[in-house]
Amino acid sequence: MTGIYLDNNATTRVDPDVLAEMLPLFTEHFGNPSSMHGFGAAVGGKIEWARKQVQALLGAAHDSEIVFTSGGTESDNTAILSAIEAYPKKKEIVTSVVEHPAILALCDYLEKKRGYTIHRIPVDAKGDLDMDAYRKALSENVAIVSIMWANNETGTIFPIEELAALAKGVGAVFHTDAVQAVGKIPMKLADSAVDMLSLSGHKLHAPKGIGALYVKRGLRFRPMLRGGHQERSRRAGTENAPGIVGLGAAAQLALVHMTDENTRVKALRDKLETALLAAVPNCFVTGNPDHRLPNTCNIAFEYIEGEAILLLLNEAGIAASSGSACTSGSLEPSHVMRAMGVPYTAAHGATRFSLSRDTTEAEIDAVIKVVPGIIDRLRGLSPYWAKDAARPKEFAPVYS
Amino acid sequence: MWNYTDKVKEHFFNPKNAGVLENANAVGEVGSITCGDALKLMMTVNPDTEVIEDARFQTFGCGSAIASSSALTEMIIGKTVDQALALTNRDIADYLGGLPPEKMHCSVMGAEALRAAIAAYKGEEWDDDHEEGELVCKCFGIDAAMIERAVTVNGLTTLEEVTHYTKAGGSCQTCHEKIEDVLDTVLAKTGALKPAKSHAPGTVGLDAITPLKPKAAAPAPASKMTNVQRMQAIMMAIEEIRPQVQKDGGDVELVDIDGKDIYVRLSGACSGCSQSAGTMMGVQMKLVEKLGEFVRVKPASLMPAGV
Repeated sequence: MTGIYLDNNATTRVDPDVLAEMLPLFTEHFGNPSSMHGFGAAVGGKIEWARKQVQALLGAAHDSEIVFTSGGTESDNTAILSAIEAYPKKKEIVTSVVEHPAILALCDYLEKKRGYTIHRIPVDAKGDLDMDAYRKALSENVAIVSIMWANNETGTIFPIEELAALAKGVGAVFHTDAVQAVGKIPMKLADSAVDMLSLSGHKLHAPKGIGALYVKRGLRFRPMLRGGHQERSRRAGTENAPGIVGLGAAAQLALVHMTDENTRVKALRDKLETALLAAVPNCFVTGNPDHRLPNTCNIAFEYIEGEAILLLLNEAGIAASSGSACTSGSLEPSHVMRAMGVPYTAAHGATRFSLSRDTTEAEIDAVIKVVPGIIDRLRGLSPYWAKDAARPKEFAPVYS
Repeated sequence: MWNYTDKVKEHFFNPKNAGVLENANAVGEVGSITCGDALKLMMTVNPDTEVIEDARFQTFGCGSAIASSSALTEMIIGKTVDQALALTNRDIADYLGGLPPEKMHCSVMGAEALRAAIAAYKGEEWDDDHEEGELVCKCFGIDAAMIERAVTVNGLTTLEEVTHYTKAGGSCQTCHEKIEDVLDTVLAKTGALKPAKSHAPGTVGLDAITPLKPKAAAPAPASKMTNVQRMQAIMMAIEEIRPQVQKDGGDVELVDIDGKDIYVRLSGACSGCSQSAGTMMGVQMKLVEKLGEFVRVKPASLMPAGV
């Protein structure tokens, strides 16, 4: 595939250096790390190397605090299920309305089937957490708080350290889904109140199917997968050795490129955003522009629908993403757009451009040239848009 | 990524008859921006001949919504009002070479807009003002009549299908039971019965299994073999298996070839042995491998009578 790839919050390209580190694990180093022979030992050594790389990326105090998993969803599920099993008398969970489905769907299930009380903290129009509601929800009945570090759709960053400290104040376990934040925000979990943190390999140029859960030393932990003694009995199952080594290599590279993500990539994102806002009428940035991941830009184009935008972008060789209903097969715009109260006139047209260290200035310049024409073309088809006046018009049909 | 047909892409990337039609005398508007798609259909109908002489559309929605609208206008121009009324959403979807199931509601929106426009032309009351209670799905404003039409025209049988075709039940889900009631009523009327199952739940007969073709298709000997060559290949394959079977104190012989059905006889220790099914399976695998085509190995006892 060629083209301009601006969908890095969905997944990233595996870095060629990461792949090179992984390949020997498919050929000569095929042993099972649990085995008592040289084949196993060689692989075991590589896994421990990878663990140290992830430890360094997170600024964790001990490498044993890193548990390798199959990805973000498994890490999220493990964290919440561990906490509620470790504290069976506490029957409440605090989370936010804009979490990833890996958290929300599990909470829905625990609410319906296991009788848990779920506090879903709302956000304001900028996507910032309602801190008063958060403080009110905290009590000694809360087993775990799970709040994402940064939102996948808007890039909005939550005040994780403050949230974690408040949670610790009532004795709750604090978990954060940091799938979008790891590799973009410098972290030092050794000095943090965060108890558990989920990360996913394929969001930081490692392959799909590998992730990790940070578990602070001393935290009560109950495994989700039971079986062999892998990962110190915290995650049974023969290790995904190539994936783990790939994640280790990717973590090492993420530290190297962290500055680039926060300077050059951020400048490209800002250039794209400023140019599109200037060239296209009736559009706005969703989320909090001041507390945002450096690579993410989510623009809501009013009076048109996101899937149509993506199809035309794709035709022009540009890959982006949308919170529109039609792209997912669901029938409603994204829960994040609805939670922020983005009006329906714009929610369906929310389009996410997410950059990475692979993005070049020439690519951004090309996108800036193409997007305004696409928006104009679709508005020309829309019954809500008066073309000559370049403004919305009245149109109020009803379904039969 | 949706798997859209070339026809859908053609009508999305280069929509026909998009824009405002001045002096339209039949206008139908359905959908809303809240729901995520809306269509305004405009037609000029010749009052003497009742022929739809021109049609245009404006659509807010996804690729398939725009394509369905474009297709609809192409389908109705030149038709009389009565001919157009006979069109269903199925016809729109067929015209486009099919739509993904989740997108069928786009074709339904087209058909509903057409009905609304024709009703407006005839000066009929278009039943779009519902009492709250008449709606089945309050989120998307869908009534029982529309669900019934979609079920009847498209032969829907499940709640999920109704949601794909009409959007009803796709949001808060509280109306799922009501939709199922409507579905049951229509199905009872049409007498749609589910086919009786002759296999255990979750299983099918062996004859229903078609192996996927291997990725790097090996040169298919079957297609090039003459009947004689094919027969020889089958005989040779059986000969290759025999030593193994004989080792277990049995034997296998070829009895007849009837197209895809290969009849063999197991004898000696094999006949009636509990492993005979396994032996048959082994013979079948060997033959499929040698012939490069799917065949079924059956015991000679199952040969059609009179052979």
